[in-house]
Formats: sequence, C-alpha cells, structure tokens
Amino acid sequence: MKALATLAFALVVAVLPALVPPFVAFELTYAAAYAIAIVGLVILIGRTGQISLGHGAFVAVGGYTLAILVTHGVPYGIGIVAAALIAGVLGIALGGIALRLAGVYLALATFALANSVAPVLKRFSSLTGGAQGISIPSHSETELYYLTWGVAALLFAIAYFGLRSRVGLALRALRDSEIAAVSFGVNPVFYKTLAFGWSAAYAGVAGALLALATAYVSPDVYSVALSLNLLVGAVIGGLQLLWGALLGGVVIEFFPLWSQAISPALAAVVYGIALILIMMFIPGGIAGALGRRMSFIRRGHE
Amino acid sequence: MSKRNTWFVTAIITVIALTLNFATTGAQMVPGVTPTQILLGGTHPYSGPAAGYATIGKCALAYFSYVNDQGGVNGRKIVYEDKDDGYNPPQALQLVRQQVEQDHVFAIFDSLGTGPNMVLRPYLNDNKVPQLYVATGATQFGADYAKYPWTIGWQANYHDEASIFGKYLLKNAPNAKIGVIYQNDDFGQDLLNSLKATLGPKASQILKAASYEVTDPDVTSPIASLKASGADTVFIFATPKAAIQSMVTIAKMGWKPTIYLTSVSASQAFMHAATGAGTSAATDGVISANYLKDASDPANASDKGIVLYNQILAKYPPAGVNATDANCVYGMGVAFTMVDTLKMAGKSLTRDGVMHAANNLNEKDNPFVYPGVVVSTTPTDRFPIREEVLIKYNAAGAWKPISALITNRY
Repeated sequence: MKALATLAFALVVAVLPALVPPFVAFELTYAAAYAIAIVGLVILIGRTGQISLGHGAFVAVGGYTLAILVTHGVPYGIGIVAAALIAGVLGIALGGIALRLAGVYLALATFALANSVAPVLKRFSSLTGGAQGISIPSHSETELYYLTWGVAALLFAIAYFGLRSRVGLALRALRDSEIAAVSFGVNPVFYKTLAFGWSAAYAGVAGALLALATAYVSPDVYSVALSLNLLVGAVIGGLQLLWGALLGGVVIEFFPLWSQAISPALAAVVYGIALILIMMFIPGGIAGALGRRMSFIRRGHE
Repeated sequence: MSKRNTWFVTAIITVIALTLNFATTGAQMVPGVTPTQILLGGTHPYSGPAAGYATIGKCALAYFSYVNDQGGVNGRKIVYEDKDDGYNPPQALQLVRQQVEQDHVFAIFDSLGTGPNMVLRPYLNDNKVPQLYVATGATQFGADYAKYPWTIGWQANYHDEASIFGKYLLKNAPNAKIGVIYQNDDFGQDLLNSLKATLGPKASQILKAASYEVTDPDVTSPIASLKASGADTVFIFATPKAAIQSMVTIAKMGWKPTIYLTSVSASQAFMHAATGAGTSAATDGVISANYLKDASDPANASDKGIVLYNQILAKYPPAGVNATDANCVYGMGVAFTMVDTLKMAGKSLTRDGVMHAANNLNEKDNPFVYPGVVVSTTPTDRFPIREEVLIKYNAAGAWKPISALITNRY
C-alpha cells in the first residue's frame, strides 16, 4: 500500500508539468525546495527534540554557496553538493553550541542566528554582492521542476531510511529520554551534533535550489520571516511524519499567494488567521490528522 | 480500498491540474487590454519592515480611481492589481508570474525595490512584458536598456543626485573643504564616485572620504575623522539610521559644517528623529534635494497640483496614509506618468506601443513633481527624472528651496 501510494504520487509529480501552466510548475518547484528544508526540521525538531528558529541562515548559506560558485563558472550540480557540505559543516558547528543549550535558550540562540544573516551578508559585500545581491543565469521551469523534485525524492529517501536505521533510533531515544538513551550506550554529543549537521545540510540544499529557481540571492531573500515560515511549515505539516514536510512545503508556498486574493493589505492577516485555525483544530499538523484518519480506515478494513 | 484511494487522489489532482490549465487559455490578442479596461500588475511591500513603501502603491491606485471616474484612458478604465511581496524578491517573482501568465496583465507598473526588480527584470524582458517605472533609484534600471529594453525607472537616480550636489557646490562654494561619509556598498559608492566625477579637478578638495558599514552601531569614528581633516562641508551619503546619527554626532561635537544629505534620508520623519535626538542644531541648515512637490509645506496649500492631490485623497482615501507623506506624492506622480504613457500609446494599445511611448516622454504638466521638472525620456536616455531642486531645512522644521532646478541631463 505504501509503495503503491508512493509510486502513484511519483507518477503524478512526473506528469504534472505537462498538465499545469508553467507558473504553477514554477510554484511547485518552490514547494519542493521548501519541503526539503522542512524535512531537515522534522529530523531535528520532530525526531531529535532540538528546536531551531534559525534554519533560514542555513538556507542562506546554501543559496550564496550556489550563487558564488555558479557565477564563477562551476556547474550547478557541484554547487548544490557544495551547498549541502558547507551548510552541514556550519550545522555541526552550531550543533556543538546547541549541546550546551536546551529549550527556550536554544530557540533564542538560533533565532539570533536568523537575525544575523542580513548584517553578515552585507558586511562581506565583496563576496556576497552586499545589499544588491548576486544575479545568476536563469533556467527553464521544466528543468528546475524536475531537478528540484528529483533532489527532493532522493533526500526524502535518505531521510526515510536514515531515520529507520540505528541512527534514527538513537535520535529518537535521545528525544524521549536522554538519560535512558545514554545508559544504553547512545553518545549524545555525537548524535545531537549529527542531527544538526544533517538538518542544516538539507536546509543548504533547499537554499541552493531556491536560489537557482529565483536566479538571484540577496539579504532581503533571507529575512527572519523565512526561518519562521519554515518552522510554521514543519508544524502545520506535522513534525512526526516525513511526508508532512511535503504538505508543509505546499502550505508555506501557496498560502501566502492565495491569501492575496482578498486584498494585498490583508494578505498577512489572512495567512495568520489560517495558521491559527489549523493549530486550533489539528494541533498534530495536517499529516498527523490525515495519518490518524487513514490508519483508522485501514484498521476498519483489515 | 487502498488502490481505490490512490486512484481517487490521482484523479482529483488531475482534475485540479486540468482546471488550472483551462483557466489560462483563451488569452486575448493583446493581454490585459479589452475595449473597456486595461489591466496592470505590480507589487509593493504591504507587510514586513519596508511596509511604509506600500503608500506608493495605495496612492497610485487612488490616482487611477480618479482618472477612471473622469472617463479613463481612451475610454478604458485602469485596473491596478497590486500585490504584497513583503519586499521579498522570490515572492515578487511568483506573484508577477501569476499576474503575467494567469491574469494576463498588460504591463507591470511600479514594482518596488532594487531586489524585487532585479529578479523581475530578466523574466519580464524574456517575455516582452513592459516593466514600467520601477520604484528604485539604482542607476542600472535606466542604464541597461540595451540588454533590458522592456524595463524603465522613474525617480531621480542616485548617480544624478550626487552630480546635482556637485554642480551646486562648484557654483556656490567652489573653495569648500569637503568631507564625505558614505555607506560602504553600491549605494554609497555610486554617490561618492558620481560626486568625484562631477567635481573633476576640484575632487582634490575632498579632504577625507570615510566609509561605514551598514551594520556599524554608530558613526562617531568616521565623523571624528572628517572633523580632524579640517573639512567645512560634509556630504552624508547614508541610509536613514546612519544619516540621523551623523547629523546628531556632528551637532554634539559642536561642529558646524555645511551638510548635504542624500534625499533617501531626508524625509520629515528622519529629520524629526534627528531633531529629537540632538537639538534643532542637528538639522538646521541641512541641504538636500527634491524632485516632488512638498505636500507637508503649508506654503504649497494653494498649489494646483497639491489641491488636486488633496481632493483625490479626500475622495478615494487610501487606508492608513498620511497626506504629508512624500511617498504618497510619489505614488500619484508616477501614476500620472503611467496614465500619460497610456494616452500617448493610443487607442490601439500594444506592449510595443507603450514602450515606445515610455521611451519618448515629454511630460511638462505632471502636477505632482516639482514645478519645472520635465518628465522626459528618449530611446537613449531612459531616466525620466533628472532634475532636482536643492532644499534647506530651517529651524522651524520645513524644507525650503534654495536653488533653481538643476539638471543632470546632457
């Protein structure tokens, strides 16, 4: 059943660009890229129990890594891998700090990280292009669509099998009870740092793909709102389930666009009200609610 | 059951996809133009830190409402579909793609900010959609017309402003000993380089040019270095926060140079902040530049343009807009030029035709720009506004003109 559903979904994703207008394919590209970053948050927050309000910073690192490399003639494939590595290494470094902090203190530290993005980018303007940012060559929406969804599929698979492995078990054990996990021989320093690095690498890839789609990076792209939006996507989609990240990506991509239909001045308000309603009525996220419903149906029939 | 579920989901997605597809077919010959209306798209930040600029979009809309009630343009009413991009370039791109590909707008008008317009420019030019009168002073939007023929700016650009300051100085204070504080990025460097180029051989009178980073907490050190250089004239090429700090720091040092302030940081709100933090000594006598009519100056109350401006604000009140806000005058001014362009492009409106009109402007009657400013372009000079008047801030807290219009058009 699961395999079949995945296959059917993959088929829909594969044929969709032929059915929808180019700009919708373009928006779905963004949704997939956001979903990748949100998978990173599911790994970090949902599975390891560490919070991050600053993942926009890793998205920025990924975006700038790609932009700088591509403008120096490096193929974008290498740029995406480099974005994952550099963001991952920075994530591991931050993970080291995160070990000393927990709960609200970690939230504040990562929030500070989100706030530091724009000033840092403007400070090193010879490399980053300062406030003007960097323009990169644009690609067709079809190419961007298949690239982004392909990378997303690969990273979802890695996350799926990774979380079912020993590593995933260790992360979950640490989340549920650190003392118990340690007494079973799980090294908390190693695994918590690893989770941060893994999660940040995903954000970096997302950043690289977003930069490629927009064909531009600048400090305005990576405001604090981006970090918060990613967290919103993770919570709305459902923090416990991987495919919740996909829903989260769709929500944070399309809600702000749809909410404009009423009035541009009210768009942010409509978006906010929609989020509050979702949290009030389905606190486990959309995936959580759907998952419960579907397992209920399945149990009824099996 | 599970199989049926899967097919069900697939079917739903396919139906949605097909609906979206059909919704976009049936485009007219000229997108966005019908016998009774012209559809324009655009984005402004209605949310986020730059939300103050949304005033421009709201007041442009008010002006279009006024024009529509007067009969519209060649019998067509202007519908302006303005969206909230939160000053975020990817958001602006996605909204504009919707406007172009789904809503079939005729042109994009007054999209705001250097970043958003940088992202929109390649897309709109690839699709031959006019990107008219972008709201940014970055010089490239007028200078790169060979590569991006479908893009044009409107406001006085940074390069021209510094040049106009330089011309005034050469005429009125040729022996000034100059110090410059500038923001260490394209904005500050553009202004500094343009000033140097205008001063020519007299550029050696710039005794000191001190930079600061936009992230610096204060500007005490660069200002002190300017004072130590023996300068008697200071150019402040800074964004609002650092500009306010510069004026206050100079006043606190008891130093009294002649100050030239870039118009980016010269709105009444910033001047009031500097006066509040220092004393009126911080702002008294500061010189800046302007190309719009000052709606906050009571002396202009009977000016025909300002009278019209206040009538429009009263009849089509934009939400949350202060009538004295220079951004609102800007919005009506740029909307006036848009209407003018559409009129010139004629009854059989095409995108080529509207670009041709935008590149051959000769607008002497824009009621919202400073008297005498001619909004004009040629196919090789795509900077509509290149004239400014110098203005001086007085102890009573008002900007008063101190020069005739100075042009940077060659």
